[in-house]
Amino acid sequence: MIRFAAVRLLQAIPVLFGVITITFILIHSAPGGPFSADKAVPPEVLIALEEKYDLNLPLWQQYFGYLEDFISGDFGPSFKYPGRNVSELIASAFPTTAELALYSMIVAIGIGLFAGVVAAMRPNSVQDYAPMSLAMIGICMPSFLLGPLLVLIFGIYLEWLPISGWNSLPGDKILPAITLGTGYAAYIARLTRGGMLDILSQDYIRTARAKGLSEIVIVCKHGLRGGLIPVVAFLGPAFAGMLGGSFVVETIFNIPGLGRFYVQAAFNRDYTMILGTTIFFAALIVSFNLISDILAMWMNPKLRQKDLGDEK
Amino acid sequence: MSSTPLLEVNKLSVFFHTRAGVTKAVDGVSFSLNQDETLAIVGESGSGKSMICHAIMGLLESPPANIESGSIYLNGEEILKCSKKRMRQLRGDSIAMIFQDPMTSLNPVLSIGEQLIEPLIYHSNPIKRLSRDKAQLRAIEILQEVGIQNPRERLNDFPHQFSGGMRQRVMIAMALIGEPKLLICDEPTTALDVTVQAQILELIKNLQKKLKIGVIFVSHDLGVVAGVSDHVLVLKNGHSVELDTTEKVFYETKDPYTQGLLAAIPSGPKKTSETELDERPLVEVSNLNVFFKNKSQAKEKIIRAVDGISLEINRGEIMGVVGESGSGKSTLGRSILRLLPIQSGEIIFSGVNLTALPPKELQEFRKKMQMIFQDPYASLNPRMTVYETLAEPLIFHRVTNKKNITSRVTSLMNEVGLPKNSMHKYPHEFSGGQRQRIAVGRAIGIKPEFIIADEPVSALDVTIQSQILDLIVGLVERYSITMLFISHDLSVVRSVTDRVAVMKSGKILEKEKTELLWRKPKNQYTQNLLRSIPIPDPRKERARLLSRTEQD
Repeated sequence: MIRFAAVRLLQAIPVLFGVITITFILIHSAPGGPFSADKAVPPEVLIALEEKYDLNLPLWQQYFGYLEDFISGDFGPSFKYPGRNVSELIASAFPTTAELALYSMIVAIGIGLFAGVVAAMRPNSVQDYAPMSLAMIGICMPSFLLGPLLVLIFGIYLEWLPISGWNSLPGDKILPAITLGTGYAAYIARLTRGGMLDILSQDYIRTARAKGLSEIVIVCKHGLRGGLIPVVAFLGPAFAGMLGGSFVVETIFNIPGLGRFYVQAAFNRDYTMILGTTIFFAALIVSFNLISDILAMWMNPKLRQKDLGDEK
Repeated sequence: MSSTPLLEVNKLSVFFHTRAGVTKAVDGVSFSLNQDETLAIVGESGSGKSMICHAIMGLLESPPANIESGSIYLNGEEILKCSKKRMRQLRGDSIAMIFQDPMTSLNPVLSIGEQLIEPLIYHSNPIKRLSRDKAQLRAIEILQEVGIQNPRERLNDFPHQFSGGMRQRVMIAMALIGEPKLLICDEPTTALDVTVQAQILELIKNLQKKLKIGVIFVSHDLGVVAGVSDHVLVLKNGHSVELDTTEKVFYETKDPYTQGLLAAIPSGPKKTSETELDERPLVEVSNLNVFFKNKSQAKEKIIRAVDGISLEINRGEIMGVVGESGSGKSTLGRSILRLLPIQSGEIIFSGVNLTALPPKELQEFRKKMQMIFQDPYASLNPRMTVYETLAEPLIFHRVTNKKNITSRVTSLMNEVGLPKNSMHKYPHEFSGGQRQRIAVGRAIGIKPEFIIADEPVSALDVTIQSQILDLIVGLVERYSITMLFISHDLSVVRSVTDRVAVMKSGKILEKEKTELLWRKPKNQYTQNLLRSIPIPDPRKERARLLSRTEQD
């Protein structure tokens, strides 16, 4: 397993460099620049600014300059927030996004697993169709529609929950977490159902029944262990996706997370900020994928032990 | 005789209700079983054997299966009428079942210790529940009893760390841990090699004597049944054909179906006249090595699937290759056809060295060599009609011109015994035997000189098996085709081949004329292999089992 992880980490290096290169080319080929705002800047100021941020150099020099800084751990200064560098900005905004993603994950796993198991226990019955239809709706419903709907119902008509903010009012984290988590809950429900149906049709489930075990033991012990493997493999990409996709929810609920910085940076052509955030997300996605792959591998005793060289 | 029998099944009927209509899987079957007796249920696939077992266990998938009528009494208790909870209790401690395939019947993600103690620690009767520690002690005891060495250490091992035979021992331990009174064995040795089968049969027989339990033994193999059973129930399409003592069924049966079953068992040597054999070899294999690398392991391990084999196959002969699973016999076949990369060695086909040929010229030789695979379900493309399947090689190798293809396919279908009007049907519309006929037709269509048949009949019922064997042998003789016949089934090999090679761990241990090998096996492994074949004769088979037990 250590070898597997090491190989995967090495594979991540070219991936990250690819991400840097492509992003670099894309942002520089977009029209406009960091200082081409509505109010025109006097030419001499612009020249001075460009000189300060090395923007006057040829592109390839800028590229290698950035790489050099990046390897030494420096994401560079932000163009739009003078005096602050990108690492600082990410460090200040990321915890909020991470917290949001964590709560959303809890929502997604809780609802998804429950619905999936319930559906798999009686396939092709009402008990299956009802949660799976809901899951279909959950997948189809975009968060920019679900969020405002939830706000309307629970925030404005019922007045149960606050409609925006983060850490300002009690319960203000519930609606964002549900908004972001629902889509993933639906995917998890479908994966759980599929995994469980596959396991529950195996011969060894019949063996378990023949031993006189109760349905609960069969489902929870014999079914879930194997049935959860595809779900676990999905959790990594899902968590990374939540982090990346949080900007919509952050915008709807006015949450000061990294997602909003990211979008603003793109509008502002804040080159270093865009690059820094993209690399940061890419690294997160790679590592979460790796973690969930290792977990899924560990759940299978055959793979777990093969790697230890313990096979008889 | 004690008053009530252990198990009484009265006029049991199980129907399948599907969109296509109602199938009578079990139709009015009755039998009874006393304690410490063994009843064998025999019949071909689809005869309802397993359905009866599942009905007794309360494990029928319902829907589509439904118990239409009948009753089952276990120790006087009507179990078809008892509650689900009571049924679970019965499964925990009165009835137990061993399934066919030990590879798939154990949960791969739970340790065997965990799976063994489950029925004890989750027992549906709270009074009978054991603590984890006590259950574990009991598990160690029972593992010892079924012949697992170091049971204490092995409790934490997972199923994949056991061989097939060992897994079946674990299954038996799992079934017996609740001390049942009735043990149902559904084809318990079908998935195992013949030497392992002999050990498992012995174990079941001994445990039954010791624990005094009633056993229902389901099998399609009459040789196995002859040795273990006291009574035999013969089923056909859900009907009970015959129910009598084992001796009467085997020696005095008047029923034509049972007679047919017994006659279909391959036994004795090849029936055809001894044709003078051309001593010039068609295929010469010398010093062939085929290795696989097992990369998934931390240390790279090389598996020598074919390890320095030399073999010559004479023109017009049927050469057999026998061996147990993992002996490398299939790899040998495939590498002779150059379907697998080889490490070293030479394969000479009618004077041409195939190993030195460039791929393009090898293509020419493919026309002369064909293969028939084991599983007619998996080896035919489900999206091609019979016509397309049979016509494809003819077109590809330009055997016939476009105009004559239909007539050639028709005559081919006629030759392999397929109905003419089925030309445009798809594989799923055929039975297993018919599909294998299609596979045979595909192989002989382009008139090859050499055919490799890899377990061509092992997925088929015995009556179908003998038909397909007759077909193959007939065609091979008519077109003087040379054949390499690979099988794990020694009786089948004996009935069709001229010479045999015995393989084990990638090596050929012994090569001999078939009848000579049967009479005087030189190698000890061959001797053991031949001794392990169950004989469909109750007296001989019991004597054989007994002598094996004494030997151990």
